[in-house]
Amino acid sequence: MAALFRNRHLTGWLLASPLAAVLAFFLVLPILMIVVVSFWGATEFSIYPAFEFDNYHFLLTSPVTLQVFLNTFKYALVTWALTLGIGFAVAYFLAFHVRSQTWQIALFLLCTIPFWTSNIIRMISWIPFLGRNGLANSTLISWGVIDEPLEWLLFSDFSVILAFVHLYTLFMVVPIFNTMMRIDRSLIEAANDAGASGFQILTNVIIPLCKPGIMIGSIFVVTLVMGDFITVRFMSGSQSANVGRLISNDIALLQYPSAAATAVILLVTVLMVIGTLLRFVDIRKEL
Amino acid sequence: MRSDLDLELVALTKRYGQSLAVDGIHHLFHAGSYACLLGPSGCGKSSTLRMIAGHEDVSDGAIVLGGHDIAHLPPAKRGTAMMFQNYALFPHLSVTDNVAFSLKMKGIDRDTRRRQAGEMLELVHMQHLADRLPAQLSGGQQQRVALARALITRPQVLLLDEPLSALDPFLRIRMRAELKKLQRELGITFIHVTHGQDEALALADEIVVMNNARIEQAGPAREVFNAPRTEFVARFMGGHNVIALPQGHFAIRADRIALTGSDKGRLEGRVTGIEYQGASVALTLLAAGDQEITALLPEEQYFVQPIQPGDSVGLSWDDANLHALGA
Repeated sequence: MAALFRNRHLTGWLLASPLAAVLAFFLVLPILMIVVVSFWGATEFSIYPAFEFDNYHFLLTSPVTLQVFLNTFKYALVTWALTLGIGFAVAYFLAFHVRSQTWQIALFLLCTIPFWTSNIIRMISWIPFLGRNGLANSTLISWGVIDEPLEWLLFSDFSVILAFVHLYTLFMVVPIFNTMMRIDRSLIEAANDAGASGFQILTNVIIPLCKPGIMIGSIFVVTLVMGDFITVRFMSGSQSANVGRLISNDIALLQYPSAAATAVILLVTVLMVIGTLLRFVDIRKEL
Repeated sequence: MRSDLDLELVALTKRYGQSLAVDGIHHLFHAGSYACLLGPSGCGKSSTLRMIAGHEDVSDGAIVLGGHDIAHLPPAKRGTAMMFQNYALFPHLSVTDNVAFSLKMKGIDRDTRRRQAGEMLELVHMQHLADRLPAQLSGGQQQRVALARALITRPQVLLLDEPLSALDPFLRIRMRAELKKLQRELGITFIHVTHGQDEALALADEIVVMNNARIEQAGPAREVFNAPRTEFVARFMGGHNVIALPQGHFAIRADRIALTGSDKGRLEGRVTGIEYQGASVALTLLAAGDQEITALLPEEQYFVQPIQPGDSVGLSWDDANLHALGA
């Protein structure tokens, strides 16, 4: 027995096994279940185990699927671009313009205040603001900027993306801020010494060194937006669809096999997007 | 003998809030000399260097180089270049791109700047590693790259902030010989900040000893070592004893003290420790008035007549070796 424990390979496996078991049970097994169910068949009133490609055939040939996936990509892309712009600017301000650490921490905590309430409440609170007779419209009318309420403020792509940006910008700020804080300040001085202007320092030193943070933030935002269904439902007033809503509708109709097939395709798509992103930056080197 | 390229500090002052880091210092660095700013940490030597480089605002005073006050110019416009303590190489750029960075900032085309960077790398014997990233280099190699990057701007004054402190002792001695050689070849002024007196003695034409935001003593290395003017300088340069005699405080080099019979010396002391150091033997003595004195005896002289701890001996010296100390 003692000899067994001295075997380094065995102890290694034993030490790794608790986490492996947890991951296998809570991550691998459910995904396998989804994959298995995605090949099952369904009628209007029953689900039966099978191995058929009907769900995938239907999905991959339906024009709705393509449209919904394109819409999902559109949300992901626009949200990514906006959160990246805002997130980088906020992180830059916090990391390079706020000199005292106390203020840095204080302002950083300020950024997290919206997270003290739930996603849904933060989302819903936009509705009275953006509505036809909401704060935004009435203010604009009272200032004389517009004559009649703007219809596109709420229940539109605009409001969906606004909510996404509001919800997920912090996921961009945190990793970028983190990589910025790890940039040796003497590098900035060295660039300055070499005659670089502020903008040249930004493009030649800071942005290249922030790439891992940008990449991690991008992965967060893209996966969150692509997997979301509730924001799209609330903020579009059920007028727009993304893949998440497709799945949630299937589930509401108890069409589990079809939902599972859509989920598998979404998972593969997101993994491909992440795989592409990771080709640009080796994050492991930076962690 | 003054030249146009001398660097002069005029009443240079740095304040951080209430505290003074550099207190109105005056100094003239001769063009083409190797100067060391020497002092303990917090004495203001780094602040002085960073003000000359332009990475620290000047609170008061002027920095004159080439006949102009450069105290308020941006770093790259001063004719100075700085080599940073941790080298500050850009981790995402290859050795060549690091060296060529300032040329790129000036908008010089790729081929020209690669060629010039190659020449600089040849100067520091690094051309064979031109495509590596900084993380793939040893400390000494990184330092050479940092040196090449600083020199490519063709500065009149090169500022080195504790350049050798990150190296192991063996490499440190090799690199300092190279720094000295490079400075002679280039003929530009080097200002080197260090807290190691041996480094300063080995390198400097001129040593500027700083303490408490002021210059304690400045002069040729040999003069500063042999004739310290204050107790601080005597103690910081090492190898000296500070002894209190009725006429005042004096510094005397440890190897200028001779031992005699216990009643024949000018001061009597009891041996408290003996340390064999190879070429010499260091004796620690406790003299009258609880003064601790170190005497450095040539090894062969000590072993002719070994002394044991606890023995009483007399100390004698030649008055010419005594240096009166100011406050």
